[in-house]
Amino acid sequence: MTPLIDARKVRYRYADGTLALDGVDFQLFERETVALLGPNGSGKTTFVLHLTGLLHGEGIIRVCDLAMSKKNLPKIRARIGMVFQDSEEQLFLPTVLEDVAFGPRNLGLSPEEATRRAKLALEQTGMEEAAARAPYHLSAGEKRRVALAGVLAMSPEILVLDEPTTFLDPPAERDLVRLLRELPQAKILVTHDIPFARALATRAVFFEKGKIAGHGSIDDVVRRFQWEI
Amino acid sequence: MHIPDGFLSTPVWACAGVASVPGVAYFARKSRTALEDGQVPLMGVMGAFVFAAQMINFPVGVGTSGHLVGGALLAITLGPAAACVVMTAILTVQALLFQDGGVLALGANVFNMAIAGVVAGYLPYRYWGATRHRRLAIFCGGFLSVFVSACLAMSQLLLSGVPMPPAVAMLSLALFAVSAAMEGGITLAVAGALERLNPRWVQGSEKDARAGVGFILVTALLLASAGALLASALPDGLEHFAENVGIAGQAKAFLASPFADYEARFLQVEWLRKAVAGILGLGVVYAACLGLGKIAARRSGAARSV
Amino acid sequence: MHYLVLERWSRGDSSFHRLDARVKIAALLLYLVAIATTHPFRWSAFAAFALLVLSGVIAARLPLGGMLLRAAAVLPFTATFAAISALAGDTDAAFRLLARSYASALGVLLLAASTTMPALLHAASSLGFPRILVLVLQFLYRYLFVVTDQAQRMRSAALCRGSALRRGAKRERFRAASGVLAVLFARSYEKAQGIERAMLARGFDGRIHLLSSPRLAWRDAAFLGLAASATLGLRFLLTISA
Repeated sequence: MTPLIDARKVRYRYADGTLALDGVDFQLFERETVALLGPNGSGKTTFVLHLTGLLHGEGIIRVCDLAMSKKNLPKIRARIGMVFQDSEEQLFLPTVLEDVAFGPRNLGLSPEEATRRAKLALEQTGMEEAAARAPYHLSAGEKRRVALAGVLAMSPEILVLDEPTTFLDPPAERDLVRLLRELPQAKILVTHDIPFARALATRAVFFEKGKIAGHGSIDDVVRRFQWEI
Repeated sequence: MHIPDGFLSTPVWACAGVASVPGVAYFARKSRTALEDGQVPLMGVMGAFVFAAQMINFPVGVGTSGHLVGGALLAITLGPAAACVVMTAILTVQALLFQDGGVLALGANVFNMAIAGVVAGYLPYRYWGATRHRRLAIFCGGFLSVFVSACLAMSQLLLSGVPMPPAVAMLSLALFAVSAAMEGGITLAVAGALERLNPRWVQGSEKDARAGVGFILVTALLLASAGALLASALPDGLEHFAENVGIAGQAKAFLASPFADYEARFLQVEWLRKAVAGILGLGVVYAACLGLGKIAARRSGAARSV
Repeated sequence: MHYLVLERWSRGDSSFHRLDARVKIAALLLYLVAIATTHPFRWSAFAAFALLVLSGVIAARLPLGGMLLRAAAVLPFTATFAAISALAGDTDAAFRLLARSYASALGVLLLAASTTMPALLHAASSLGFPRILVLVLQFLYRYLFVVTDQAQRMRSAALCRGSALRRGAKRERFRAASGVLAVLFARSYEKAQGIERAMLARGFDGRIHLLSSPRLAWRDAAFLGLAASATLGLRFLLTISA
């Protein structure tokens, strides 16, 4: 089975010279949910930014059997949906509906079709009531759902969620877990939230100093790296 | 200084609107590449930053405080074209949501602050930014951006026939200078702090700085704006001068005739006389600055060739 | 904060709110021009125009007192000049300034309180504003509250630590304030970068495709006709009677 994501020897150096990624090998297969754990600054976010071509380092990355290249970028970005840590930055259009329709419009769909897809995605995330509202007035949990809807509206095959539980209260986190469980896509979760990772992830990968220091089941990784309070 | 609606006479707001539309269009065209470069979110967020910056008070003088206006700071961080678009956006939001400045007067406010203010704020930096006078250049940019736009606003008010004794106009000139110096200081302090955080945030300015040209342009701007204010505050003096030269009579007849029948009913002749004299005054000051600039340019050119 | 009030008002649900933003803008411009060109501008003119705009306020079911109070935001500036005019002996001009600017502000406020910002931006875009200006306005408005909240938090944080923002030598306070602004600038810059990333990740290719504005309905046209005839009618009645 070909992996959905196949990354080999990814290296990346920031403009100031620090080595952020030092040879990362990573695969994601269908129906998997992988949690990326590890200390702040260990390269988790830098790595997932490579997967959507927002950063370019050395190494080979293939997404859904497409090589990472400028020509393939639109296709890759249609297949891999990225939910960023700060939903405030992700929801930049004046109303929820317009924001969710942004991705489909970029896929070249007509306004009507984009609106239809946006409405479907909002329904899927339970946010259809908020279509006409301004993103600024939503709660943290609602913002996260809308951000997710904006990604789902593009019908991606992979979801990448960067710290999806920050600023969420426990009920909102529980709702998010429930919602994510129902979504069929393969997922990558960048998180510090071990209960959240336990609830969703099928395996875990531990980042340390720009390298993958270990992987295995969540419990193994947590025990090995003493990654709980 | 944001001019509200109801202050400017129709010719003034209409002219200012007509003048600022191509100005903004030009700068919008120049910053069009910003769309592809992903600069648009930056421009928008920087506009929000300028709003937010007005909540941070800077101590100045005894018990008073001021805040950043932002034209010059935007010009040296985003470049003048983007800064003009951002300032226009800020003024539009202020007019609509904060009743700060009018909607008909938006043309005038955009002309004063987003076009003249930004250009004036950028000029010194453009020419001296890379020399050892860099700090002075940033200060002057902040100073000029506020001073020029305030003087322009005041002269538009005077041209519109807002009654004001010459003494008050002189006093306001002094007040403008003080608040302009405040803006200069704040711009310099913030730009300095920014450069310490990340030098790339402040635009580089060219090494081959034609300091002479910059000096002339800045002087011309200063003279033109202060001169416009003086000319509109004391139109009689200038009119007298113009009459002596012999142009006022013809110009007045020429300007007045197409409007005479229509305007006479509700427009005092006195008012029209003042407006024409004011415009003439502006023209005289402008011509003087131009001539001065030419002479000085020739001289500096001669000095360089020696 | 006070601008949030305006936001809430603008999301109201009256037939006036539902009018197309373009016709409301056109009506506002007519109204403002009528005020600017009515000479002389006496009590009668002020009362007539104020009644016109207040009927709109009532139609939009907006709070009358709140609107009258908010429009007074123009008064500090206006009153200064009015006082100068009065001192210079021209009380007519003083009244004219006050009446004209207040009546104009009421009109602008009626538009802003009955139309959401997204609707205004759509209208501006279809009325031919430069595209980049509309987009900058859109981002500005979207992040206005986000960045001002941040500034507020930074200010309180600095004050909590007994910072130099309030006490201490003037030099120190000046430095502290510029430091706060520089950090705020840095945060805004980072935010803009984050937005850009989020846009690119969703396939942004340099062109923002906005959902288009709906067509004008007959009631929009009817409103414009009514507003235009009322405004222009007033304008000429006032001139003739003077």
